[in-house]
Amino acid sequence: MRSIVLYLHVHQPYRLRHYTIYDTGLDHSYFSANDDSDKNNQKLINKVAEKSYIPTNNKLIELMNRHPDFKVSLSITGTVLTQMEQWAPQALQSFRDLINTGRVEILAETYHHTLAFFYSRNEFEAQVQMHKNKIEELFGQSPQVFRNTELAYNNDLAFWAEEAGYKGILAEGWDKLLGWRNSNFVYQPAYTNNIKLLLKNYKLSDDIAFRFGDHDWAEWPLTASKFTKWLNDTPDAQLFNLFMDYETFGEHQWQESGIFNFLEDLPNQWLKQENNTFMTVSEAIDNFEPVDYIDSPETITWADTERDLSAWLGNPMQQQAITALYELESKILGTNDLGLIEDWRRLQTSDHFYYMCTKWFNDGDIHAYFSPYDTPYEAVINYMNVWHDLQFRLGEKGVGV
Amino acid sequence: MKVLMLGWELPPQNSGGLGVACYHLCKALASNNVDIEFVIPYHTKFKSPFMKITTAWPKKYKNVIRTGLAYDSASYVDAVGDTKHLDIVQQQRLYEESIEKVVDLGEFDIIHAHDWLTFRAALKLKAQSGLPLIVHVHSVESDRAGGNKGNPLVEEIEYLGLSLADEIIAVSEHTKQVIIRDYNIPADKIKVVHNTIDRDELGELDSRNVYVYLEMMKSQGYHVITSLGRLTIQKNVTNMLRAVQKVIEKVPKTIFLIVGDGEQYNELISLSAELGILRNVVFTGFRRGKSWRDSFAVADLFIMASVSEPFGLTPLEAINYGTPSLISYQSGVSEVLKSCLKVDYWDVEEMANKIVAVLRTPTLREALRDNADTEVRKLSWAPAADKLEKIYAKHLVGVSK
Repeated sequence: MRSIVLYLHVHQPYRLRHYTIYDTGLDHSYFSANDDSDKNNQKLINKVAEKSYIPTNNKLIELMNRHPDFKVSLSITGTVLTQMEQWAPQALQSFRDLINTGRVEILAETYHHTLAFFYSRNEFEAQVQMHKNKIEELFGQSPQVFRNTELAYNNDLAFWAEEAGYKGILAEGWDKLLGWRNSNFVYQPAYTNNIKLLLKNYKLSDDIAFRFGDHDWAEWPLTASKFTKWLNDTPDAQLFNLFMDYETFGEHQWQESGIFNFLEDLPNQWLKQENNTFMTVSEAIDNFEPVDYIDSPETITWADTERDLSAWLGNPMQQQAITALYELESKILGTNDLGLIEDWRRLQTSDHFYYMCTKWFNDGDIHAYFSPYDTPYEAVINYMNVWHDLQFRLGEKGVGV
Repeated sequence: MKVLMLGWELPPQNSGGLGVACYHLCKALASNNVDIEFVIPYHTKFKSPFMKITTAWPKKYKNVIRTGLAYDSASYVDAVGDTKHLDIVQQQRLYEESIEKVVDLGEFDIIHAHDWLTFRAALKLKAQSGLPLIVHVHSVESDRAGGNKGNPLVEEIEYLGLSLADEIIAVSEHTKQVIIRDYNIPADKIKVVHNTIDRDELGELDSRNVYVYLEMMKSQGYHVITSLGRLTIQKNVTNMLRAVQKVIEKVPKTIFLIVGDGEQYNELISLSAELGILRNVVFTGFRRGKSWRDSFAVADLFIMASVSEPFGLTPLEAINYGTPSLISYQSGVSEVLKSCLKVDYWDVEEMANKIVAVLRTPTLREALRDNADTEVRKLSWAPAADKLEKIYAKHLVGVSK
């Protein structure tokens, strides 16, 4: 049996409004841009709901109805869920409808889409628990498989996930990990006993997520039948792990690119051949035995040509900003001020650090596309002005800073 | 006596000290009953009670609008309403082309031209009229280039203007020496007329400083150092940052407020992070009005460490707002201001040493502040105007009018 494991990641950060040092100490609302800029969260969640979430969910439900074997796995961050609750309830309802088909598995992750694992184990665990609670509350599911922010992965994380009781974990199927092997099988993380590892097939995933609408790409236009033929022609594979941002459908790749037609036709083409099916991440883990161990002493992610954390933590500005934030941890948590704590957590969202990235050449175009700032330097200044305001609020409470 | 004054800018559309100095000089001259017509290259609504302001640009443009903060920030609007942006060399050429059409040369006794931007126009008018020409040097190309090679086109114009003028005014002995060094002009052709401040023209502080955050941090034992100026090589902010890094090793609760904009903005943000002091540095961008005044007032110490500063008004302004100054020897203001600390612009260690001394020794800070205040209270533009009048008179001997 050969299976496609389609896993989609749903996330929106709370973007900061334009925030100057003259706001610091006077105005503590950081996420409330109500202008026409790309910092306006309400505007953006509505745009992405309309262009991506609602039409894609409708399409997925349609496909579930048409193909009993079609399944999908999702991860949905806490920050996108609360934005949908507040500003786009119809989009949240469409996710509920999709999940109510019973053929959708939801993964565990950090509530605020953070890199907390690398800075504070306590904070990381608190955020994973918050996310679990939110998923149970909204969708009645208890996640069994873990994905870390940006698929940031190493041996320590796998070890932690096993201890925490997860049966599986996801990572990038990066060549440095795999060597001569490929991502089309289930693996086991080194130094673990039970947990299994699913690795993203980045070539096939990126054909859809990044190259689909690229008219200069030799394979353009990509059709579901062409794509399926590549899969069927692949010898000796059990799984095709197609992992990507949910917003690929309708947002990163616009409707005009034909991405929805591709999605609609994919199960059609794939299920034509006997023994081809779809599985959720848990089904893949339950149905296949690991073929080998994967050793990842260094951290890998699913971003950029380096596949490391350099998109978020590669330059000193990013490192200083994130260190400054986590240094406030015990003081912020010690206040028991839930508003302040939530603001601090929203500032941990990895996107803020991504906006500060200065790697312009190969990956910069991707970064520029996703950033609400004209330059990474403006992102740094804006972020630090807000950070100073956290300091100010601590000072107001008599906490030494 | 009637003076044809050629300038590039006046407040409120000035980008820096050039416009401010011209304005105050003219005001002081006018109170000595000198009649002035001041020609600028862009449209202004500003009406001066003490001199006539004339604008000069070619007829093919309907309007010239000062659009931004740099000397070349101007939009040229043509007859059909399209706007063009010209480089600074083209702009000074247009000024030269049009100036003879807007002034009646027969009215004047002498021409007084400020900085290279007006030199070509001044030379042309001198050739036509035979009037004596005074050129006034507020900065030299090598100052602006911060010790690097300047623009040869500009240097050529400076050389011509300085050589053909009847007399040269330099804003400091420092500038006089630079003129001699760079252009081999005989020393006796150059007179020094120092710039100064007019305290009555500086706005007053009010009870609430706009930097609420910095005030809070000061109440927690922090110290604030301010630098204010264009973020260019000439201003040497990179060395100030390196000094502040060393200060923070000794006095960790130090914040460096950087007020201004310029081509080094991004580089300085990045450098702050590389030095590990991002959280101790606040960038405000260009400021006017209350936040400009409060930037001085909030500080424990003001620094101006320029590589080569023809004069440098900001330390005097800082003192006026109650903040003592650390300045570089390589500045004109260091020739007139006694109650301040001085340092060579390259000496990062000594800069840090002196900053630490002020931050740690309140009595030193207070003595500097009080004595500097006494000095600044005595300053006025009147002596500068008297000197200028004498220079004018010398060139009018034997001229019948």
